Amino acid sequence: MIPDISKMRKDFPILDQKVNGKPLIYFDNAATSQRPIQVIERVDEFSLRTNANIHRATHYLANKTTEAFEASRETVRQFINAGEASEVIFTQGTTESINLVAFSFGEAFVSAGDEVIVTEMEHHANIVPWQMMCERRSAILKVLPFNDNGELQIELLDSLITNKTRILAVAHVSNTLGTINPIREIILKAHLKNVPVLIDGAQAAAHFKIDVQELGCDFYAFSGHKIYGPTGIGALYGKRKWLDQMPPFMGGGEMIDRVTFAKTTYNQLPYKFEAGTPNYVGAIGFAAAIQYIQTQDNQALHAYEHDLLTVATEKLQQIEGLKIYGEATSKAAVICFNIVGIHPFDLGTLLDQMGIAVRTGRLCADPVMDHYGVENMVRASFAFYNTFEEINAFYKALIRLKAMF
Amino acid sequence: MTIDEIQQEIVEEFSGFEDWMDKYAYLIEIGNEMTPIDAKYKVENNLIRGCQSRVWLHQEFTDGKIIFEAESDALIVKGLVALLLRIYSGRTPKDILESEPRFIDEIGLRQHLSPTRSNGLLAMVKQMKMYALAYEKISAKK
Repeated sequence: MIPDISKMRKDFPILDQKVNGKPLIYFDNAATSQRPIQVIERVDEFSLRTNANIHRATHYLANKTTEAFEASRETVRQFINAGEASEVIFTQGTTESINLVAFSFGEAFVSAGDEVIVTEMEHHANIVPWQMMCERRSAILKVLPFNDNGELQIELLDSLITNKTRILAVAHVSNTLGTINPIREIILKAHLKNVPVLIDGAQAAAHFKIDVQELGCDFYAFSGHKIYGPTGIGALYGKRKWLDQMPPFMGGGEMIDRVTFAKTTYNQLPYKFEAGTPNYVGAIGFAAAIQYIQTQDNQALHAYEHDLLTVATEKLQQIEGLKIYGEATSKAAVICFNIVGIHPFDLGTLLDQMGIAVRTGRLCADPVMDHYGVENMVRASFAFYNTFEEINAFYKALIRLKAMF
Repeated sequence: MTIDEIQQEIVEEFSGFEDWMDKYAYLIEIGNEMTPIDAKYKVENNLIRGCQSRVWLHQEFTDGKIIFEAESDALIVKGLVALLLRIYSGRTPKDILESEPRFIDEIGLRQHLSPTRSNGLLAMVKQMKMYALAYEKISAKK
């Protein structure tokens, strides 16, 4: 079934506006996606009629909110096919999820001289928490490099993993190169040597099917706002066997069993890792976003996004002096590029004048910039509500702007 | 000419442009025409690093006035830098501290001074004012 994109676009009211007098062309989906009216209405309806704190009181509103919150957890569980709802922790987002694992797993399992592996293409959120943990635990951070094509050098992985390796963290999809990493293969290799794997799924969850049991990953993190849901909410999946052994990350209400000044004991999963009043409004919006996606023909949407990528890549490759970073055979709809002689900031500013929203800068991926020896890049990233007409307009804009320099 | 008079001059230069493209083309032209900063001043100490663009700012204090030299790797920023040097370079610390670069807003480019950490231009203006403040204090002590 070919998706009716123009009909689906109408679900996203924000897309129907003019920026600097031109129709908005929103190509910054890797930074954040837009929300369909169904999600906005669900959140509003909830705030209008049902709001109360969860898991605490026994009154009507509290019960309804608690039910909605736990139902949202179940929705996320189903979405990623986690074995049980207790293995789904609500967090503020991917960054917090990774910080949680880095800290708690580090406390439980990492000692002086141990090793942690990340890759050269990671977003800072999947580098810095590990660096911080390694410093705290006197451990060593090792890096799996990628080649100029934007592909991880998997052939180096076996020798990189030693008997000191405690955990490996890798992105499902790169936010700069667009590369879809062969995480199944990576997880298998790591597991052969008893090394657990954390997957940063921030760029993947909206665009590809996630089945954590099939993948076999030990942790999977993703964010609500990149999957057509609200900001301030995300999920961390972790295998019970790890989460049960990991100490809490943040302390406070909800995550406790009993508090005395002599000793405090902790709650069971998932609450052990959900201190304080959670963003339950966000969780409900998150679930609404997942439900919105699940009512669509996802295979068709994924194929469509791939077509957008193909067409955009072909057009950009026709522009003289334009270099695309990351040309892996398996790519998500993310294109980072530069045009010789034009600074990304200048290009982004002028594209904005034409209503086109792209991202410029270092994209929270300093090592990727260093790999290619550049200071900044331009990034266009697509979602299913983008169109071929928009890509055409983008191409024409680039040609026109190029002439200004 | 006073700082405000020069700002007025700049605003008038830009008022002729109706099309945003002409405005930016002019900025790019100004940026291109700028004398490049001496290579020996393009050092870490003078670098104001923002993730959108880099700006280098060098200054010298002589005869009670601050001479600024600056550059950016982004052309639009370079153009704005050229305009800022036009109003601020060769001025006394007092004059620098007492004026705001309001012309940027008046020529319709306010977004380039938005307070995001990635904005090298805003950081540069702040740095210029910091130099002015420092020299004013140093001069007052003498």
